[in-house]
Amino acid sequence: MCSLALFPPPLYSMNNVVCSLKPHSRQESSSKSAFRDHCETLYTRSAGAWRDAGLSGLLNEIANSSAEVPKWLGVSSSCVLALLRWVSSFHSSLFPHLTLSSEEMTAEFSQVLDWSDCAVRGFAWHPHTQKCAVALSDDSIKIYNPKSATTPTLKHRLQRSVAALQWKPLCASALAVACHNCLLVWHVDPTSLSTRPSSGCAQVLSHPGHSPVTSVAWSPNGPLLVSASPRDTALLVWDVAVESCVPLHRVGGGGVTYLSWSPDGSRVLAATPSSLFRVWETRMWTCERWPSLKGRCQSGCWSPDGSRLLFTVQGETVIYALTFTDNPGVPLMMSGGPKAATVVADLSETTLNTPDGDIMVGGEIQSLAWDPRGERLAVHVKGRPAMIAVFKTQISPAFKLLPCGFVQGEAGTEPRLMQFNPNYQHGAQLTVCWSNGKITHVPFCFMSAGNPQPGLGGSPSFPLTQGRPADYNNQTLYTELIS
Amino acid sequence: MFSLKNTQWGSLVICWRAVASMAWSVLLLLPTTALFVLLSRFSLFHPILWMSECLSLLTSASAIFSFILLCGVVLMVGFFNLEYYTVVPSIACSKIALLGQVLHPRQFVHSLVHCIMGVVVAWCCAFTIGGRYRSLGHPCTQDESGPEMCLNEYHLVLLLAGAFIGYSHSLVGVVYNMNYVSFHTMQQYKYLRFKGALPLVVKASAVQALYCLRSFLLLYFFMGYAPRAWICKTLDLSINSSIHSLDSVSSLLDLSLLYHLWISGTFLLLTWYITVLLFRIFVTEVYSFPVQSTFTEDAHQCLPKVITGTQPMILKFLALQDLALLSQHSPSRRLEVFSLSQPGGHPHIWTALSKECLSLLSDLTERLVAHHDTVATNGRAKSQSTGSNKRSTTSSEVTSVGMEDMKTPRPSALIRTPGSVFLRSSVGAGLRTPLTTPFTPDLDSPFSSPALRRLTGPLEPQGALSPGFSSIQSPHVMRRGPKLWSASTDSQLNGSPPPSPGPAPSPSQAQLKPSFLVTFLQNRKDQVKNFLAKRMLIMYLFNKLPEASSQALFADSQVHIWALQGLSHLVAASFSEDQYGIVQTTLPTILSTLLLLQEAVDRHFKLPHTSSKPGHCSCSMGDDSYKTLRFALRSTLKTAVYRITATFGGHLQ
Repeated sequence: MCSLALFPPPLYSMNNVVCSLKPHSRQESSSKSAFRDHCETLYTRSAGAWRDAGLSGLLNEIANSSAEVPKWLGVSSSCVLALLRWVSSFHSSLFPHLTLSSEEMTAEFSQVLDWSDCAVRGFAWHPHTQKCAVALSDDSIKIYNPKSATTPTLKHRLQRSVAALQWKPLCASALAVACHNCLLVWHVDPTSLSTRPSSGCAQVLSHPGHSPVTSVAWSPNGPLLVSASPRDTALLVWDVAVESCVPLHRVGGGGVTYLSWSPDGSRVLAATPSSLFRVWETRMWTCERWPSLKGRCQSGCWSPDGSRLLFTVQGETVIYALTFTDNPGVPLMMSGGPKAATVVADLSETTLNTPDGDIMVGGEIQSLAWDPRGERLAVHVKGRPAMIAVFKTQISPAFKLLPCGFVQGEAGTEPRLMQFNPNYQHGAQLTVCWSNGKITHVPFCFMSAGNPQPGLGGSPSFPLTQGRPADYNNQTLYTELIS
Repeated sequence: MFSLKNTQWGSLVICWRAVASMAWSVLLLLPTTALFVLLSRFSLFHPILWMSECLSLLTSASAIFSFILLCGVVLMVGFFNLEYYTVVPSIACSKIALLGQVLHPRQFVHSLVHCIMGVVVAWCCAFTIGGRYRSLGHPCTQDESGPEMCLNEYHLVLLLAGAFIGYSHSLVGVVYNMNYVSFHTMQQYKYLRFKGALPLVVKASAVQALYCLRSFLLLYFFMGYAPRAWICKTLDLSINSSIHSLDSVSSLLDLSLLYHLWISGTFLLLTWYITVLLFRIFVTEVYSFPVQSTFTEDAHQCLPKVITGTQPMILKFLALQDLALLSQHSPSRRLEVFSLSQPGGHPHIWTALSKECLSLLSDLTERLVAHHDTVATNGRAKSQSTGSNKRSTTSSEVTSVGMEDMKTPRPSALIRTPGSVFLRSSVGAGLRTPLTTPFTPDLDSPFSSPALRRLTGPLEPQGALSPGFSSIQSPHVMRRGPKLWSASTDSQLNGSPPPSPGPAPSPSQAQLKPSFLVTFLQNRKDQVKNFLAKRMLIMYLFNKLPEASSQALFADSQVHIWALQGLSHLVAASFSEDQYGIVQTTLPTILSTLLLLQEAVDRHFKLPHTSSKPGHCSCSMGDDSYKTLRFALRSTLKTAVYRITATFGGHLQ
């Protein structure tokens, strides 16, 4: 099973840099400090506090301005505030993540490494055309399309601290954005010449208590969108066209942090902030619980046929796999669920010998990505330095993982976010956003799964990330036993 | 014979579902009543006394009697749900049409029965709360006349509140289309759906009871003496002069009275809403129809047979829902759809299903084109309007040429009336979905004008089959009526003069002498119009509600959404699963139908009165999802086209 030691040592090589984005130096925690203080009446301030922070904000405001209010009101509001804090501390001792602020929560549960100081906060390839959307740290989204000269910039009053974004499948224009306290669905007409689509192009989907939104996922073949918030125990299923939602409440977990819809549309992975995740079946929306992990589920990805789920757990350096087999004869039941997860790869820290000296690789896993053909698996490893390990995968007849190589950027940079391009013809193409604000494409060229050939696979024009000596192909990291 | 059997069997299915929902609501009445007893007798300072009193009340024989009464009420409500439900909402296009709906005899019966049931529930509540509410009369000693029976006004107020809430439930139901049963995009088990909806229902009933209470108290404050005097006179009770009457501000602000009124109203609405909710959940549950039957006597229960039937309407809805689901989720049932008939080798199942879906879609296209026509020509000069009419005729000719083979089983929809596109499409629409002609007529209502009747003429057989006949009306009504009703009916008159003179001589003479008579009529019309326009009330009543016609046009679009989903998923699946290539033969027709519909929908959304985004209204229990069906249809249509093209890709060229 072990480990990264089987990997070829990483080489530095050219990547084709697509676009370079300057990281923003502006750190804005709150716009309040930018304005001068001025005197408002207590009533105005209380109304503002009520609007901004709810009951506790109002009580806080009253308790702080004891000079202006009657003594009994100040004292009683301090008491109520203390009581509230005590209750909420009790509550958050059950779910520690509730003590985080919204921004910290987004940073904690986002798939992006170091979300808060990252120039690129989200990236999404369009599922059908060569078009991608990039969310920047100044809360704007740019849409790049090689066929068009215009680069639309999407800005909206409610578009703050973007945690994730995804294009709607089977649609040319709809882009779902997970924002601070709502979901935005932009309809960006691809033929439009406008560089600043108005905020009228965006549908705002919000639900009380559903903030911050940290993950969104479109159903691959339908109009549904699921969204998750670590503060909301319910998973929301939106019918975007009519802007209505159905909350799916289940006990336990304390919130939902990460969602991933299987490519065949039959299941949804929903991770929670505690050591529990659920796999929803999308026909009747029932769920399977997977409790008793060592930590919370950090990331997960589905094989293209939806039969296998790989996931990682925070605090561990291994990848687990679950296998689902469909039973068409049993309609209304969650059928074919596996009994236990198996460990398929171990990415604990190892030392590799390179000509430049020994380097340390491995560590905790930040995110996983599986290419749409199911032949390459990219694993974003958090260690120092962070890097991306790539596995070759084979799904049928038996599930196999083979070491492939590492993806590294320029010296001193580390990957923050990665995604496979769903429309790449010659194999797989991994798009990586780096800490210095660059976005690069890393192509992997190979023949189809039937006859794996070492080498370039007939398309030599692309620089490969790493050399791949043939003997590494024979060392299988994980092979499923067929009994 | 098939259709008769089909109807009986279908009604049976629905009846059983309704009965199951009623049984559950009766079962749920037990905890609700217990909760009501606990809350209504709540006393903070004597908890032990409170609990023991409640327990003894719950086990007493009289409580069982009132519980049986409540069960009877719930069964009645369930029966009314079954009798009045609809899957295609009737949308009133103007205030006057809404008024017509409210005053409709059928609705009157509904209101009356609900009023009476409200009184019954309130009586049970009064009995349960006990104390000063217990009975209508109480012995009292008036000055120097000895003991006699006096009116207990608390009891009376509670009963009247029950009647008021019952009536307002019925009224709000018709305004917000509470009898409309909507289907959900997401399938969930009945228990989970009920569990998810229960908090909303509790909240809705509490809020609704509060609003009703406010209105009731206002009404009682001003009009309270009338029922009191009447009751006293009928039952020979006297009014206790030593107690203040309740229609004064101070006695109405009695907190305990308000609480009891509110909790009783909440209880009443909650039990009824739960019944409605359970009925909706049970009746919209997915029904899995067999795709093909092994025995001929079950043939009427198969999907292709049910999907083409029209009665009862909900069965067609369920069949289409099943089609959409099977096309997405079950490969084995898809294989049955793609299979060939055993002797003969014809793809009967696929042909029947696709034909029905396509005819549904092309019907919608025609309806949209007709509506667009009537709206677009409104306000233009007459010469232009005829031109545009002609153009749309040709475009719908194209539609029907494309769909020619699809429509053979339905001759009524095929009638070509060269002059009027509108008429023909309303023939199709009227026959298939009687409630969704763009103007939502209420034919029996006393307020519907002859012009409206004429528009919905296709419902009468004579109007449907001979287009010349349908427009025989007095010219005055023809010219004045539509102007009042809506602008959209106006061009109908301009664009399509009666093509054949028909037996009525007066309109044809009017047509023949354009010079004097026409200008005279025109002037009169303008005068009348100006006269009426100055009267605020009339304008208020007859003004078109915004978006209502658009909503009405898409009122039954749930079937179109399912047809689109079912077709597109089946076509996409056929790429790998269709062994005999039977889908390929219909693929061009499907694509052209989808694209024509896409064009029509796009044009519709560009009309000035249609908003491009779904609005939100948070009415309590009324289901307003029919208001957003057009948006769902638009996005489903787009997705369907993309799904087919993305699957077939380059093969389509």
